[in-house]
Amino acid sequence: MPKKRLVLTFPSRLVDQPITYFLIKDHNLMVNILRANVTPKEEGRLVIEISGKKNDIESGMTHLNEIGVNVKPLTKDVRWYKERCTQCGACTSICPTEAFFVNREDMSVSFKKEKCIACELCIPVCPYRAVEVLF
Amino acid sequence: MAKTIAEINEKIKKGKAVVVTAEEINDIVREKGEKKAASEIDVVTTGTFGPMCSSSAYLNLGHSKPRIKIGGGRAYLNDVPVYTGIAAVDVYIGATAMPDDDPRNAVFPGAFRYGGGHVIEELVAGKDIRFSATSYGTDCYPKKSIETYINIKNINEAVLFNPRNSYQNYNVAVNLSDRIIYTYMGTLQPNLGNANYCSAGQLSPLLNDPYYRTIGIGTRIFLGGGVGYVAWNGTQHNPCVSRTKNGVPRVPAGTIAVIGNLKQMNPSLLRGTTLTGYGATLSVGIGIPIPILTEEILRFTTVKDEDIFTQVVDYSDAYPQGKPDTLGEVNYAQLRSGKITVQGKEIKTASLSSYVKAREIAETLKNWIKKGDFLLSEHVADLPSIESEITFKPMPSKSVKKV
Ligand code: SF4
Ligand code: SF4
Repeated sequence: MPKKRLVLTFPSRLVDQPITYFLIKDHNLMVNILRANVTPKEEGRLVIEISGKKNDIESGMTHLNEIGVNVKPLTKDVRWYKERCTQCGACTSICPTEAFFVNREDMSVSFKKEKCIACELCIPVCPYRAVEVLF
Repeated sequence: MAKTIAEINEKIKKGKAVVVTAEEINDIVREKGEKKAASEIDVVTTGTFGPMCSSSAYLNLGHSKPRIKIGGGRAYLNDVPVYTGIAAVDVYIGATAMPDDDPRNAVFPGAFRYGGGHVIEELVAGKDIRFSATSYGTDCYPKKSIETYINIKNINEAVLFNPRNSYQNYNVAVNLSDRIIYTYMGTLQPNLGNANYCSAGQLSPLLNDPYYRTIGIGTRIFLGGGVGYVAWNGTQHNPCVSRTKNGVPRVPAGTIAVIGNLKQMNPSLLRGTTLTGYGATLSVGIGIPIPILTEEILRFTTVKDEDIFTQVVDYSDAYPQGKPDTLGEVNYAQLRSGKITVQGKEIKTASLSSYVKAREIAETLKNWIKKGDFLLSEHVADLPSIESEITFKPMPSKSVKKV
């Protein structure tokens, strides 16, 4: 079953709407909330993983766009600036999903974007400012 | 058969020196045995790259027209304050200096995005740096303030001078408390959430010459991508600590002070560094060649990660309170595996220093020597070693009279 990680940004007028509920009930999608930042009267931000049939995902996305939710794939958000990275590994013990990991044979550090849930724990940990989250 | 540095240099000049890194030497010795390896190998190269807070540079900026006496005044490079208590147009910039208006830890944890280390990196990268100074004016130095841009290419001198670098071994930092802490050893998660270490282990210079037999004052080294020298022992040099059979200290021990022309260095090996909640600093790349003069010197260079032990220290209490307690001993093979066990709990390890860059530095230095671009120097004086009776002193605690 296809899976997608998405960042949903929605205006304050939609903050009290049960957005994930619609996705589940009307579009048969499984929704796993990875991060939520929803404050009343402010713009809301949800990081979710959805899985379901391809056309259900599409109709769900269309619905979100129609009600004014901005949908972006999650992987676009965290950027690893490889040229600034010194391969120290400081980020690897803190990353909960092992998106950052050490290849033990040569101690080099790699970043698997698709594993990243944009929790941002690595951002203040990197001594060389080699990771950034872009909203 | 013992060799001399002069003999090794003759071979280097002819392009005939046999040079290997401190990683490669282990396979060679396993294959050939110590005796044969000691006679065949001329130089073993080491390397390290990590945050080294006791780093700095001094610059001579040349004289403005009319002249200004910056000495005794105040001066800034990209808003980072520099020390002006030397001469008229010499300034000294330290890696941990922060702009006057940086909030530091007032907004906790402080971000420390830009400090002295970052200025040094940008200077080496050839960027223009904004210089501003105010002073009091004299008959011979009438100007009282100045604002301009300086560039490493057109100032008289730019010298990297680091009073303490290249620590021989270092603690592993953990956090026993129930809150996250921000330290110079990085961010430490509560309840033994992670463990941070900071040494290149078997590649690290002073761990390959544990008693400082060949590394001494005047030793020519790889420094920040260029050539530098060991100037003195580093501050807090503490050779008389507990050591294993092979001479390797089990706790932080020796250090070196290093110096070199900043103009020939490389910004990728002098990196401005940010330790969230702690401060700004500079990460420095250092490589030291070890001439294989005797079999014993060779044996020291064959030290492996599993033979190098270090202490696990709680940075939520033991370290800040200056208590000597440790939570046990681990070796660098365990640290590099990604997991260690502390108090029965398996915890993830990570390094603040880069093993990849340490290896690159040892490789680069090896290639310089092989090509004849880098000659070894005879050191002119020894670093204090285990006979020195040096003891590590705390700051005296005396009540200060209020006047
Ligand atoms: S944002 Fe979180 S999940 Fe992504 S790489 Fe950083 S620590 Fe790992
Ligand atoms: S902490 Fe930063 S510099 Fe170190 S490996 Fe991770 S991304 Fe690279």
